[in-house]
Amino acid sequence: MPLLEVSNLIVRYGAIEALHGVSLSVEQGQIATLIGCNGAGKSTTLRAVSGLLKPAKGSIRFDGKEITGVAPHEIVRLGVAHSPEGRGVFPQMTVDENLDLGAFARPRSEKDQIRKDREKSLDLFPRLRERLKQLAGTLSGGEQQMLAMARALLARPRLLLLDEPSLGLAPQVVQTIFQIIRDINAAGTTILLVEQNAHMALKVAHHGYVLETGRIAMSDSARVLEASDEVRKAYLGIG
Amino acid sequence: MDQLLQTLKDGVTLGSLYALIALGYTMVYGILKFINFAHSDIVVLGAWLSLTIAAKLLALMGIVDPPAWMGAVVLVGAMVACGAVGFTIERLAYKPLRGAPRLNVLITAIGVSLLLQNTGQLSALFGTSPRRIPDLLPDTTLLSIGQVQLKLLDVVGAGTAIALMVALEWLVFHTKIGRAMRATSHNVNVAALMGIPVNRIISFTFVLGSMLAAAGGFLWALKYQTIKQTADSSWVLLGLKAFVAAVVGGIGNVRGAMLGGLAIGMIEQFGAAYLSSSMKDVYVFTILILVLLVRPSGLLGKATIEKV
Repeated sequence: MPLLEVSNLIVRYGAIEALHGVSLSVEQGQIATLIGCNGAGKSTTLRAVSGLLKPAKGSIRFDGKEITGVAPHEIVRLGVAHSPEGRGVFPQMTVDENLDLGAFARPRSEKDQIRKDREKSLDLFPRLRERLKQLAGTLSGGEQQMLAMARALLARPRLLLLDEPSLGLAPQVVQTIFQIIRDINAAGTTILLVEQNAHMALKVAHHGYVLETGRIAMSDSARVLEASDEVRKAYLGIG
Repeated sequence: MDQLLQTLKDGVTLGSLYALIALGYTMVYGILKFINFAHSDIVVLGAWLSLTIAAKLLALMGIVDPPAWMGAVVLVGAMVACGAVGFTIERLAYKPLRGAPRLNVLITAIGVSLLLQNTGQLSALFGTSPRRIPDLLPDTTLLSIGQVQLKLLDVVGAGTAIALMVALEWLVFHTKIGRAMRATSHNVNVAALMGIPVNRIISFTFVLGSMLAAAGGFLWALKYQTIKQTADSSWVLLGLKAFVAAVVGGIGNVRGAMLGGLAIGMIEQFGAAYLSSSMKDVYVFTILILVLLVRPSGLLGKATIEKV
């Protein structure tokens, strides 16, 4: 049974239908990626999974449980963390406070475990450790992305939703971020990665989906997609 | 010298009152980005409930002179009742409009304000004639410097206001729920992704703001004793001045509201004492215009640095 199973998802913004029946699944322990152009509905899909958007139709099952229409703050408690598009750090709070908010949903009884997880997150992103007392708004773009991911990890998710982690970052920083995505996955967290940078995304992912104007156009293993002519032409700029 | 001291004293007592009320405007604006026009009516309700509770308690106990503890009971009673009213208003009037254009919410707030003003006039509630609140504090003078008398009432009034603000400051900046409030105020969606129950936080904010408004109404009643009917224009002016205080301090900023309240109270009192007392309302709004011209984001509402 896949950890996340989305079937026939329809999402509307007012009169406009953004997703016309999207189905996808993410296997336990894997990285799945959702690639596609601007406006294809990638972020919309993630926002529906984390509960920020209420789907008009369709179902979302996490770990076999129906979570369609469940409030976002409840979904976090079930084990789904979402690092949103644009990073969504709280600029007027310190890095420290941002990290604390990541663990907001966890009960006081987990205090010791939270401290350990926090250390682990900071080991993963050593740059953040040097900036704990700094306001998040003063971090560089790459550091803010690291903070958003570290914060999401503090929720101790079984499924991590990452929305465009490479957006606006220098190529070298992108490399670092993707290496960390691999590390997070290797440590046992299942990941659904939304990316415009199809090249990098297909390199780290096990399975890939291509989303085109609200529909899944292709679904295959990342290897196969990377090699397919269509994907190479449309998303990798080759051929 | 006497006049300076007297004016300073008046400025602090009035300013702390404005600050208490300004906090409600600023907290709700901070989270929902709309001006809760019904906020000043909660202040009025707080004043009338203080009077009602005090009168009922005295009648119940069959005494004329209230014991010293009664002030505290009246204050807590009015705060709890107004907190409940604030909670109900948010649930019934504002929550269904979450996600609606801000203008709709604004107009609803004006509607709620009119509803409260007019319901209060019903004879079953507070009626239309002014009433006097029983003397909850003895008329004791604690200290006299020249002609200036520092009364128990002044100390209790300003002390209560300051204590409440210190408590709020602690709550907002040093507790988990305060952090959740600040996160919700910055970005409701991201706050929800952190596992923060944002609707509960919004309710909590309304309850908190309404409780402070009730305290403002109580202190107002204590200070001026005669309470006018709920739709009296003097209440509107009080609400406007507190709103100005919130804007001057930087709307959405809790510390700004406190600073703005004190500043407006001082300016009003100093203008009245040294320039002309009939123009005291003019000074307040002149300051508003000046601040908006020179520092549109208010004294503490600085433009934040945010890299994208």
